[in-house]
Amino acid sequence: MGGQAMTLTDQRPASEPRIVYNEGYLDEQTKRAIRRALLKGVAIPGFQVPFASREVPMPRGWGTGGVQVTASIIGPEDLLKVIDQGADDTTNAVSIRQFFERVAGSASTTHTEQATIIQTRHRIPETPLAAGQTIVYQVPIPEPLRFLEPRETETRRLHALEEYGLMYVKLYEDIARYGHIAKTYDYPVRVNGRYIMAPSPIPSFDNPKMHMSPALQLFGAGREKRIYAVPPFTSVESLGFEDHPFEPQSFERPCQICGSEGVYLDEVITDDAGGAMFVCSDTDYCARTSSGTSTEGAPQ
Amino acid sequence: MSQPTAALTPGFAHPVHDAQRTFRAVLEAMARPLTPQPLGVPLTPPAPLTAEAGVVVLTLCDEQTPLWLDEALRGSTEVTTWIRFHTGAPLVDDAAQALFCLASSPHSAPPLDTLNLGTDQEPHHSATVIIEAAEGAEGSCTAAGPGIRESLTWNGAGLPPRFLKDRQRLTEAFPRGVDLLFLTPGAVSGLPRTTRLSLIGDI
Amino acid sequence: MYVAVKGGEKAIENAHALLAKRGSGQERVTAQQISEQMGVLVSRVMNEGSLYDPELAAKALLQAQGDVLEAITLLRSYRTTLPRFGVTAALDTGALPPERRISATFKDIPGGQQLGATFDYTHRLLAEELHTPEVPAAQGEAAEAMPRVTDLLGRSALVEPDHPQDWADPEPGDLTREPATFPMSRAERLQALARGDEGFLLSLGYSTQRGFGNTHPFAGEVRIGEIEVLFEAPEIGHEVPIGRIEVTECQMVNQFVGSAEKPPQFTRGYGLSFGRAERKAMSMALVDRALRAAEFGERAVSPAQDEEFVISHCDNVQATGFVEHLKLPHYVDFQAELVLLRQLGAEFGQSTDGRASNDPD
Repeated sequence: MGGQAMTLTDQRPASEPRIVYNEGYLDEQTKRAIRRALLKGVAIPGFQVPFASREVPMPRGWGTGGVQVTASIIGPEDLLKVIDQGADDTTNAVSIRQFFERVAGSASTTHTEQATIIQTRHRIPETPLAAGQTIVYQVPIPEPLRFLEPRETETRRLHALEEYGLMYVKLYEDIARYGHIAKTYDYPVRVNGRYIMAPSPIPSFDNPKMHMSPALQLFGAGREKRIYAVPPFTSVESLGFEDHPFEPQSFERPCQICGSEGVYLDEVITDDAGGAMFVCSDTDYCARTSSGTSTEGAPQ
Repeated sequence: MSQPTAALTPGFAHPVHDAQRTFRAVLEAMARPLTPQPLGVPLTPPAPLTAEAGVVVLTLCDEQTPLWLDEALRGSTEVTTWIRFHTGAPLVDDAAQALFCLASSPHSAPPLDTLNLGTDQEPHHSATVIIEAAEGAEGSCTAAGPGIRESLTWNGAGLPPRFLKDRQRLTEAFPRGVDLLFLTPGAVSGLPRTTRLSLIGDI
Repeated sequence: MYVAVKGGEKAIENAHALLAKRGSGQERVTAQQISEQMGVLVSRVMNEGSLYDPELAAKALLQAQGDVLEAITLLRSYRTTLPRFGVTAALDTGALPPERRISATFKDIPGGQQLGATFDYTHRLLAEELHTPEVPAAQGEAAEAMPRVTDLLGRSALVEPDHPQDWADPEPGDLTREPATFPMSRAERLQALARGDEGFLLSLGYSTQRGFGNTHPFAGEVRIGEIEVLFEAPEIGHEVPIGRIEVTECQMVNQFVGSAEKPPQFTRGYGLSFGRAERKAMSMALVDRALRAAEFGERAVSPAQDEEFVISHCDNVQATGFVEHLKLPHYVDFQAELVLLRQLGAEFGQSTDGRASNDPD
């Protein structure tokens, strides 16, 4: 390289730091582009709006879409909750929460009903969401038809024509082979009777919570450069057939810590002899149910 | 174009936070159609541009968004200079070219069938129309659809009946369509393309 | 309890401390040493990091403890926060006084072949110690014009022009600012390839040579040198030089194509990269040409000819992020699969039990 090649910045005074980041990390121009995409997403529920996804300081596929959406909506009045697998304390949730505390100076909470923004990976909290809350889903593969048709040029056409036969054929093949629809997470939904949408890899257990939710639901897929949304009080129907309707998974036992029933459970292996205990995946719900603090009620 | 920049009234005092607050109001407005959301207006743009229109334009528009202005706004050099200076948005004469349209009264809104509706594959490439609503308009519609729990009545914002009928017909073009924002003093409400309108007395 | 994910905050803090310690060594290497002595590596990080800045690329490599993809990620996520002032004028690589310039298509060319700093004819014998020999003074360098080989061919219309006749030189798209959709323009494709993973493009380019979308390439010219970057600032009204960058350019001359309207002509594949990155530029040129299959009415049946496949998977920041995200906890979805699998197992057991009891014996 010879060292002769130079850039303009080489003429800076030696005392100035070279590396400076914006307040809130994303620049205003980027936020505006994301905000416009969000508005169109809300106006066309379930439609994947392409956006010029930026790099954010974490690996692609680790929530960069959710982070960009949250960064574009969050402000000083917000209380942010970040969960991964339902838990506030998983390493990736902690890392994302710390990112926002560092770059946006945002206040955070673990209490579902206090949060104004909940960024999540793989779960919807057990505490029902309320009007005024926004849930931001991290999405790895936004295209519900992707594993049936890998080409984006083709899936875009199928969505435009509302041509979803492929999806129903796949689900029906499952029934023929296993007697059930063999899809337990990222279970496809139809939004407002029009677009088939990937709910992100939440367990099908959580799907019913999306239907007519009073909260605003936003979805960010950073690597795949797509944003989509479900407004409050919008029909979100999990796909099924008349003779094989959608059945969310359920657990027949209560949480072994807090005793809650009808909640999603993690199976925690306790020994090498097949021993296991089943506990709430939603750590906030579990902690406060077992300590007797109410988890009912809405923030507004 | 000849306006000296010294005559410009300032934009946001706190660009990051003011834009964020405005956006959240607009987002809520679009998510909960026809339910007014409080809008802070921390600036004084040149008349006839209202403060509400000013904050929304500063929040959403930039070099990438062709903007159409109605005659009253386009006719004011102060307004066009202010918008160009603070946003960089290219001003277009043909509403069909615009991503955002700004009308200073319900009667000056561009006819919906002249606007960019997007395509079935790219319905998001469609216009958003920002309209200063008439105050005290008489109720004339019921509205239902995503974002509305059951249904609600809406005063029609003072839009001419023809405009409302065009809007009603446009529902059939979904996913193509146009999304509307209405401004009233200190508030913004939205009318996304998914909201179904029934004109009372017209059913 | 599941200790591994509880106390996440403390765990992260400890991990960061441990990581810093692993990379600290006996004595810190400086970024300047890296950019001077590992220039080829720095070029790679600048290319795939989409930022011409040897100093920052070297810093990123140090911070990443030599993990190239990690360094690229660092550089990219810094780059994306920088203000964008505009688009520079197109580089005139024909005017570039090359430090290295070779052509495989002609024995000699105006301006001559120039080997420059290359590994090509070094014997790959591992050395105990490195020496810095004297470099003889340059003889008549830059005295003679060095036109691009493809321009020489172009003069006699033997190769397709480097831009279509009705070319209006539109503002190029910017993949980092606008959401790209397929099909892409060639300019957008080249941007994506320029940021693309060297190894991925190398393998794809190689695959075309082995018959998966062969385009019969000749290395028309490879040149490396420093070039002035010009920028037209609106306030000034004319182009001003803003600095010099080192680039590697490769022009592949590929199999000829003709039609009823046009006589047969060689076609082109193009590669351009920052710094010394010859392998990258050559691979890029091979893949660029392969991706032009539709333009020349060629049957696209191989991976390297498939735009959506190549472009969607050439970005290593995306690829490594998504592959590595499998390390993140997935136990909620895994639990959902366990529940279903146990149910299916139980149902299978019942149905085979039933069948067994119905058995006559």
